Amino acid sequence: MKIKPLQISAHIILLLGVLLMVVPIWISFASSTHDTVTILTEGMKFNIGEHFSRNYNEVLNEKGGWSEEVTAAKMFINSFIMALGIATLKVTISAMSAYALVYYRFKLAVPIFWLIFITLLVPLEVRIFPTYKIVSDLGLTNSYTGLILPLVASATATFFFRQFYRTIPDELLESAKLDGANSWRFFLDFLVPLSKTMIAAMFIFMFVYGYSQYLWPLIMTTSEKYWTVVMGMKIIFTESYEGVALPRTAERFAYIILSMIPPVLVVVILQKWFIKGLIQTEK
Amino acid sequence: MSFLDLKNVTKIYPNGTKAVHETSLSVEEGEFMVFVGPSGCGKSTLLRMVAGLEDITEGEITLDGNLINEVDPSERDIAMVFQNYALYPHMNVYNNLAYGLKNRGIDKKDIEQKVNEAAKLLQISEYLERKPSMLSGGQRQRVAMGRAIVRNPKIFLFDEPLSNLDAKLRIQMRLEIKKLQQKVGVTSIFVTHDQTEAMTLADKLAVINNGVIEQLATPIEIYNNPKSLFVAGFIGSPQMNFIEGELKNNTLSAEGFEIKNVKSDFNGDITLGIRPEHLSQSDNGLINLNVDLVEQLGSDNLVYGQLKDKKDFCYRCPGNLTIKKGDKLSLNIDNENYFIFDKSSGKRVN
Ligand SMILES: Nc1ncnc2c1ncn2[C@@H]1O[C@H](COP(=O)(O)OP(=O)(O)OP(=O)(O)O)[C@@H](O)[C@H]1O
Ligand SMILES: [Mg+2]
Repeated sequence: MKIKPLQISAHIILLLGVLLMVVPIWISFASSTHDTVTILTEGMKFNIGEHFSRNYNEVLNEKGGWSEEVTAAKMFINSFIMALGIATLKVTISAMSAYALVYYRFKLAVPIFWLIFITLLVPLEVRIFPTYKIVSDLGLTNSYTGLILPLVASATATFFFRQFYRTIPDELLESAKLDGANSWRFFLDFLVPLSKTMIAAMFIFMFVYGYSQYLWPLIMTTSEKYWTVVMGMKIIFTESYEGVALPRTAERFAYIILSMIPPVLVVVILQKWFIKGLIQTEK
Repeated sequence: MSFLDLKNVTKIYPNGTKAVHETSLSVEEGEFMVFVGPSGCGKSTLLRMVAGLEDITEGEITLDGNLINEVDPSERDIAMVFQNYALYPHMNVYNNLAYGLKNRGIDKKDIEQKVNEAAKLLQISEYLERKPSMLSGGQRQRVAMGRAIVRNPKIFLFDEPLSNLDAKLRIQMRLEIKKLQQKVGVTSIFVTHDQTEAMTLADKLAVINNGVIEQLATPIEIYNNPKSLFVAGFIGSPQMNFIEGELKNNTLSAEGFEIKNVKSDFNGDITLGIRPEHLSQSDNGLINLNVDLVEQLGSDNLVYGQLKDKKDFCYRCPGNLTIKKGDKLSLNIDNENYFIFDKSSGKRVN
């Protein structure tokens, strides 16, 4: 088989893309296995050092923060709960509201849909003070509910679900009805299984969205018990040296590497589903 | 009261289209009723109102003694086979059949037994594990039928279920549907725009035009005795020949010929209808035909040609007669087998 120049150049471009993605991660990982002094004096590393277990152990177990109470492990758990809650609720609510918009034909369905769509123009960052006021009036500061609730509505996901439901032929609903399915059953037995690839995709996006939230948890939490990974990155692993705060670079790299694991796991687990759905074309 | 009764049923769609006009109709238990008519005449609308998929604008529908106007489709105990089958794409064949039973809370063992029985009846037992996308058109059709049969509903509705199949399969499935219906004995309504399908399947045939039932009778009665110009033209293949003419004092005169002693008191412009198969050759016949084209079907020949006034005309003769292009035939009508319609209203007048 002859290899065409076009193929070669395509592969080179792909390879460059892969390198662009992988190299920074590798550098972070390699650097996380040295000690801070080495990094500070010699710069970032490409080779694996000897301090892997010590650094990672410290990151996971060392208590930090002002109160010296919160650990990175705790922050991972917090972030995971927050992201999981946001992703689950976002997907559920969007799928259900799209169902209502598509299948319950009432006159206001279209205006309501556009109203939902317009909320894309006012993300949380824009309405953060009123949101904070409401959440604090409800007494939800420093709670998982408070972290999750203001972020669970999603116009984007509603939009995608709506577009998908509209492609499902009416006969399917009609024949399900004649088979004795009520609205709930139709949603659960038909729309959910038919849109499972979309659910998986949405879940991935929303999980990453929830996981990388910074401003909201920062404002919302005063108790270190509810700190999240992204907040912690700035705050912990700082060493005081003659009154100047110096970052403990090696531990921070370890922390970054660890913080990548939950979203990567979600992607890897759901990807199986995702691809399965793509291969089994269901007409 | 019959098993299914429609009383002055009317459908006006939200956009103002009046698809069904004050229609009354009854179907006896176990009867195979066929709705036939051209595209857009309101057949599907009528069927979907029975199923509960469209609201009834006016009138009443009773099924098995109960008024069902306001009954939800899921509660009506009706099964429907759709034109594109509407199989559940994410469920295998077994679950497609079982779904309706599950929703009725029947226990697993009974479901399994019923599904297997239905699958056997329809010869789809080997495909039970497959998804619909892995089946051929004919097999999908059977699954759709199976889904209807398995629930043993009060009534079967079919909306042009054969129109997606190729000609040969269509004839085969047509036979099977008829056999199956006789075996299972369920009251059925079948919608089609194919008159052959309608004639062969129906116990009773409703010919619908523009939202109105033009005639409702057995297929053979409709063939022998069409009540209107529309019905006469729609039922029968090849189509009935129509000749314009005038009726006065029991004498019918058309371009080139006259018929005396017509049994009708009507006076005025008429349309004369003659079926191609009700003609035979004779010397000094009424109708003179210049042959353009002969189609040999084996058993029969279809002879197409023109009358004096260039009007197209068809004559069906036994296959052993040799007729060729350019021949001039002289034809007589057999046994007064002709139909006369009022030209303006289309009503039968003899
Ligand atoms: N949802 C609707 N809204 C408005 N008008 C409709 C709607 N559905 C059907 N119609 C109209 O009602 C009339 C009857 O439609 P219907 O579908 O019953 O015809 P049909 O006899 O089944 O025709 P076909 O043989 O093509 O299926 C048509 O004129 C059609 O345009
Ligand atoms: Mg139709």
